[in-house]
Amino acid sequence: MVLEKDNILVARRIRVEDRGFVILDVGNFAVREGEVLSIIGPNGAGKTTLLQNLAMLQKISNGEIVYRGKKVGSGISANEYRRSVTMVFQETLLFDTNVFENVASGLHFRHVNKGDIEKTVLSSLDLFGISHLKDRSVRTLSGGEARRVSLARCLAVSPDIIFLDEPFSALDPPTHESIVTDLGRILRGSKITAVLSTHDRSEALRLSDRICVMNGGRILQIGTSGEIMNHPVDEFVAAFVGAETILPGVVGKTSDGTISVDVGGQQIMAVSDAVAGQGVVLCIRPERVALSVEPRRDSTSERNSFKGTVSEVTSLGLYYRVTMDCGFPLTAFITPGSLTRLSIERGSIIYPSFKATAVHVLKR
Amino acid sequence: MRYLRAVSVTVLSLVFAVSLAVFVQAAPAEKNIILSTTTSTQDSGLLDKLIPIFEKKTGYFVKTIAVGSGQAMAMGQKGEADVLLVHSPDAEKKFIAGGYGINRRIVMHNDFIIIGPSTDPAKIKGSKSTAEAFKKIAAAGAPFISRGDNSGTHAKEKVIWKAAGTKYEGEKWYQQTGLGMGQTINVATEKRAYTLADRGTYLALKKRTDLPILAEGDAILLNVYHVIEVNPAKWPKVNAKGAKAFADFMVSPETQAIIKTFGVDKFGSPLFFPDAGKKEENLGK
Amino acid sequence: MDLIYEGIKQAIILIFAFDPEVMGITLLSLKVSGTATFISLFFGISIGTLVALTQFPGKKVVVSLINTGMGLPPVVVGLFVTIFLWRSGPLGFLGILYTPMAIIIAQSVIATPIVMGITLASMQQLPKKLRLQTLALGATPLQSVWVLIKEARLPLLAAVMAGFGGVISEIGASIMVGGNIKGYTRVLTTATVMETGKGNFEVAIALSIILLVMAYCINYILTHIQQRGRNF
Repeated sequence: MVLEKDNILVARRIRVEDRGFVILDVGNFAVREGEVLSIIGPNGAGKTTLLQNLAMLQKISNGEIVYRGKKVGSGISANEYRRSVTMVFQETLLFDTNVFENVASGLHFRHVNKGDIEKTVLSSLDLFGISHLKDRSVRTLSGGEARRVSLARCLAVSPDIIFLDEPFSALDPPTHESIVTDLGRILRGSKITAVLSTHDRSEALRLSDRICVMNGGRILQIGTSGEIMNHPVDEFVAAFVGAETILPGVVGKTSDGTISVDVGGQQIMAVSDAVAGQGVVLCIRPERVALSVEPRRDSTSERNSFKGTVSEVTSLGLYYRVTMDCGFPLTAFITPGSLTRLSIERGSIIYPSFKATAVHVLKR
Repeated sequence: MRYLRAVSVTVLSLVFAVSLAVFVQAAPAEKNIILSTTTSTQDSGLLDKLIPIFEKKTGYFVKTIAVGSGQAMAMGQKGEADVLLVHSPDAEKKFIAGGYGINRRIVMHNDFIIIGPSTDPAKIKGSKSTAEAFKKIAAAGAPFISRGDNSGTHAKEKVIWKAAGTKYEGEKWYQQTGLGMGQTINVATEKRAYTLADRGTYLALKKRTDLPILAEGDAILLNVYHVIEVNPAKWPKVNAKGAKAFADFMVSPETQAIIKTFGVDKFGSPLFFPDAGKKEENLGK
Repeated sequence: MDLIYEGIKQAIILIFAFDPEVMGITLLSLKVSGTATFISLFFGISIGTLVALTQFPGKKVVVSLINTGMGLPPVVVGLFVTIFLWRSGPLGFLGILYTPMAIIIAQSVIATPIVMGITLASMQQLPKKLRLQTLALGATPLQSVWVLIKEARLPLLAAVMAGFGGVISEIGASIMVGGNIKGYTRVLTTATVMETGKGNFEVAIALSIILLVMAYCINYILTHIQQRGRNF
C-alpha cells in the first residue's frame, strides 16, 4: 500500500470533453516522489491531454490536482505550481534565438541573476553533451540536437516533476538510442520525478519504475513493468504490452489452484483461482514459449507441451517471431541462431512448450 | 531579450515625447486662425508672402485651408473657419444675408481670362463679348475644361454660360476636373482645351503652359476678392478677434501696397490690384 | 523629356542645398508618419495579439473586420476624422483639426488595422503549443505573450514596414485633416500635389524623390534587420 505522503502529485476526477466527446476521464492518478512513470497507449489514447492537464497547461474545469499535499489553485497558485514542474513537448518548440538563450529562458522567466543563469545553463548543456552548441542558432540544429536542447531547457529550471510527451519521437535510430540512454542516466542520477508518454513500450520498459496503460481517455492499468507485462488486467493491455498469444477458453478441471482450460479442443494448464465452467482469456508472452524439434519428455502438469505446424516466420530485427498452429494459434520469439539450428521454416513440425505459470489468466 | 526590451522602452518613450510635443504645439487655440480661401490665392504665392508678415506682426498663427470658394464658404457656414478670403460675389452675398458672415470687405481684384490652344479651333479670338466666345466654343464643340468644384472661378464660369444661353452641362466637349486652378490649367494644357482661369494663377503658371490668352477685358470677367469674418454670434467657437485682425490686415495700406507690386518682379506685371475702400460697382471703370 | 531632366536636376540641387522648406516638410512627414506608426504598433500589436491568443464567440467576425480594416481607404478615414474633429463635431473641443496631431490621428487609424491584421496572422502562424511551452517553462501569462511577440518579430517587422509605408505615402487623409498648411501640416504628399498644381514641377519631383528615398531607406533598414534575424 502506497501512502498518500509518498505521492508527489495526485490528480482526481480529471475529465476533458470536446464537443460531447470524452477525451480524458481519469478518476484518480498518483505519481510517487522520484519515480519515472511511463504512460503508454495508442495514438489518441489521451496521453498528451493527460500530461498537459497534469502540468496545468490547460484550464481544468473539473477535478483537482494536488501537489505535495497542496491543492493547486488554492493551496498553491497555478503559476507557482507551473514553476515547480515543467513539460517537454513532442515538438521541440525552440525559441528563435541561440541555444544558450533557449536553455536560459526558464531562468529568465524566474528572474534568476545573470551569473547563476550562466552557471546553470552551462551545466545543463553539459549534462546533455551539447556545450559546443551554446552559441549556435537553433535554426542550424539537427533533429537530435534540437531535441537535446529542448530537454536541457526544461531541466535547467531544476523541476520537481518533469512531464515528457513522446520525447523520442521522430528521431533516427542511433540518435533515438543515445538520447534515451542519456535521459535515462540523467533521470536516475537526479531526484526528478518524471512522467513520460510514449507509444513505444520498449522505451517505457527501459526507463520506468512504473507503467500506466491508457486507451480511449481512460487509465486501464498502472503498475510495475513486471505487473503490467505478466499480469495485464485485460485483453487490450495484454495485446498492447506484447502478449502475442491471447486465447479465449473455458475452465475445465481445477485442482490446487491449477486449472485446465479448454482452448479449441486443446487443454492448457494455468495457475488461477478460476472455477470450472468459467470463461477465461489466456495471455502467453512469446518470450516465455520454448521451441523444440522433438517432443519433450518432461511434460508435467506444470508444463504445457504441444505439437504444431509453423505458419509464419517474421524477422523483427534482433529476433524472429514464429507463429504456429497447435490447434490454437501460438506465437514465440526465437534468436536467429536458434532458428538456423532448429531449421525452422514455414510448414515445419514443431514442439512448443511453456510453464503453467507463464500463462496469465483473465477471468471473463 | 534585453536588447528588445531596451528597444521597446525607447519606442514607447519616443511616442510619448513626440505626441506631447505635437500637443503642446497645438495647445493655444485662441492664437490660431483658420483662413479658408481659394486655391488661386495660394497657388499664386500671394498668401505665402502676406501671412508670415501678419503672423510676425500679431503673433497669430494662420492655418490656411486652400479650397474652392464654394467649400470655403461651406466651412464658414458650419463655423469651421474663422475668416474667408473668397471671390464668388453672388454666393458671398447669400452668405452674408444668411447671417453666417459679417464685415464683408473688398480686398483686391484681378480678372478672369479665357485661355485655349493657339490654333483656336472655335475661333473665339476677337469675339465681341465673353458670352459670345463661350457660344462659339459650344457651337464648335471644342473641348472646354471646367473647375467643376464650386469655386469662385466655377461660379463665374456658370454666370458666363448663363449669359451665353447655351447648353453645356453633360455635353461631350465639356469636362470637369474638380481640381484647383493650377491643376485645371495643367489639364487644359495637356488636353489642348479652353478654360476659364484667373489671371494671377495663369501668370504664376505661365512657364508651364503654352495656352495663350484668347479673350480678356470684358466687364463680366472681373474677379473680385473679399474678406469676410465668420459671424461669431452664430458660432461662438470662432476666433472673432483673430478673424478681425486678419481682415483688417488685408485691407491695411501696408498690405495693399504689397499686393500692388506682388508678382511684378517675377511676371512683369502685378497679379492683383488692391481695391480696399473702393466700391465693387466702380471697379474696372 | 527636358522637363524630367530639368526637374531631377533641380530636385537634386534642392535636396543637397538642404532647402529649409523641403527639409522642414521632410522632417514633418517623418515625425508625423513615424509617430502614427508607433501608435498603430502599440494598438495593433496589443489588440492583434489579444485576438489571436484568446477564444471568444464572434471571433471570426472580429477577424474579418480587422482584415477589412487593412484596406481602409485613407480618404474615408480622412473624412470621418474631419467630421469628428470639426468644431461642431464630437471631438471639436480638442481644437486639433488642421494640426499635425490630426494627421497623426488619421494616419494611426489607417495604419492600426494593417499592423493588427499582420500581427494577428503572424501570431496565428506560430505553433499552437508554443504558448504552452512558455507556460511549462514557468512564464507568467505576460511573459508568455512577450515571448510570442518576439517569436513573431520578423512578420511584425513586415507590419512596421507596411504600416509606415502606408501612411507616409498616403495623401487623402493628410490633406483633409491637415489642410496642407505651410510649415505646419504640409507633408511630402500634400506638398507634392500642391507644387504640381502650382506648376513647380522641380519641387514636386524633389519631394517625390525624397519620399522614394525615404521609403527605400526605411525598408532597407528593416529588411536588413529581418535578414539578420533569419541568419541568426
